[in-house]
Amino acid sequence: MALTVDTALAVGLALQLLQITLVVAIAPLIMGLTRKVRARLLRRRGPPLLQPYLDLWKLFHKEAVVADNASWVYRRAPYVIFAATWVAAGLVPTYATGLLFSWSADLIAVVALLGTARFALALAGMDVGTAFGGLGSSREMMIASLAEPAMLLIAFAVALIAGTTQLSAIAALFATGDVGVRVSLGLALLALIIVGIAENARIPVDNPATHLELTMVHEAMILEYSGRHLAMIEAAAQVKLVLYFSLVACLFAPFGMAAGDKSWAALALGLATWLAKLLVFAVLLPIAETTVAKMRVFRYPAFLGSAFAAAALAVFLRFVSRGF
Amino acid sequence: MNALWFDIAHLLAAGVLVLSLMLLYQDRITAVINVFALQAVVLSLSVGWQSVVQGAPHLLATAFIALVAKGIVIPTALHRIVRKLDVHREVERVVSGGPTMLAGLGLIALSILLVQPVVETADPVAREDFAFALAVVLLGLLLMITRRNAVTQVVGFMSLENGLVLAATGAKGMPLVVEVSVAFSVLIAFIVFGVFVFRIRERFDTVDVNVLDRFRGERREHL
Repeated sequence: MALTVDTALAVGLALQLLQITLVVAIAPLIMGLTRKVRARLLRRRGPPLLQPYLDLWKLFHKEAVVADNASWVYRRAPYVIFAATWVAAGLVPTYATGLLFSWSADLIAVVALLGTARFALALAGMDVGTAFGGLGSSREMMIASLAEPAMLLIAFAVALIAGTTQLSAIAALFATGDVGVRVSLGLALLALIIVGIAENARIPVDNPATHLELTMVHEAMILEYSGRHLAMIEAAAQVKLVLYFSLVACLFAPFGMAAGDKSWAALALGLATWLAKLLVFAVLLPIAETTVAKMRVFRYPAFLGSAFAAAALAVFLRFVSRGF
Repeated sequence: MNALWFDIAHLLAAGVLVLSLMLLYQDRITAVINVFALQAVVLSLSVGWQSVVQGAPHLLATAFIALVAKGIVIPTALHRIVRKLDVHREVERVVSGGPTMLAGLGLIALSILLVQPVVETADPVAREDFAFALAVVLLGLLLMITRRNAVTQVVGFMSLENGLVLAATGAKGMPLVVEVSVAFSVLIAFIVFGVFVFRIRERFDTVDVNVLDRFRGERREHL
């Protein structure tokens, strides 16, 4: 295709915008699918697949009740959380590598954006001054202090193999198959799954469906929220799930992604494989969740420590011995 | 031979190592035994794969011995011992979980650093397998010294032996006779351990090996 610079730029922008829109548009569906599969595994019928969309619609049209002593932090935080998560999700390569904003899609930048969202959420949890909010925030920070070092080690392990922390370049390299099956990558995948479970507040670390005061972490922080604020936070949680699915897909299963040439066939193939990967993950996650029990809060350090151990091992193996 | 085949061989060997770390992480004795059985299965897979990669059919026999003896017979027997003796279901640690894991990571780093220069001249497959095998052996030792329960110590010893088998298959030309005799001696050791555990239990009403210190007159203060 012989394109002038302007049309090439416009096409690139359109493709990037398509990705940014898709991750938000599809997120409630993926969340609905995980809930549906989980309910079916528990021999319940479960809500319809599109229920998360309806929930968001309902919340957007409800009045937002705000506590009397809430400060501006409380009101702004949901938008900060959603914006940071959305930007991070829009950067992770989904159906194609080498998109317009790929230069900024750095693994460490994604971690930092998610950290910003978490910071805003923890602040908002403490802002109103209820006991549950503070409890949830302190637990969330404990999980974060364990999960983020592991996440950075995963980034280092992957970067040592690929020679870059840029997600698009990593995915493009891994998709060629030159890297092969690496022990370090296996360990990094293990660590990323554990970190992803903790970050997305899934069982066994947290149960998003419960409001039991002894165990809740994420729900405790957002207990006071209602209306459009709650909708933003819920949407952010859904987008974050898609982000982690896409991250696992682009790092460890990058096949099918449209690489250099952006022909329609390659793009359609990339889109189809991405959706297929998301569907597979959305089915696997509830299966894993129903086979384990929620663990006690005091067990988190050991659980997330194992992610850290696996990621550290991945870095060791890669760093010390070139052969791995 | 295809490079992918060696990659898969590495992946299986690393799986044995990761399961060794998981042994350190477990809190319940039944879980420890189950993870040990899984390790033996992965080990036999790894050995079987090596026999394909190296073209050495006698390794299949080793894989079979590992699968039957350590994947099925010993775990079943250990489960029976735990049930029969009604021992504490929780692992009693001398050192708590976090430091043990860190020590385990340190041991892995140590074994990689140690093996790297020693067998620099050997082919890379054997070298990396040696690093894994040494780490598995050291982790087995760590499991033995950080647990107070005799049953867990038996598992530590057996997983140490898994490391030896891993080392043996990584190097070319380990005679089958040696492997068979090692496997046999491990079975004998297991029987001795079993009798030993029963004796400790009979004498002290527990399988906590700390009571042995008092029995030898080395510690008098409590218990």
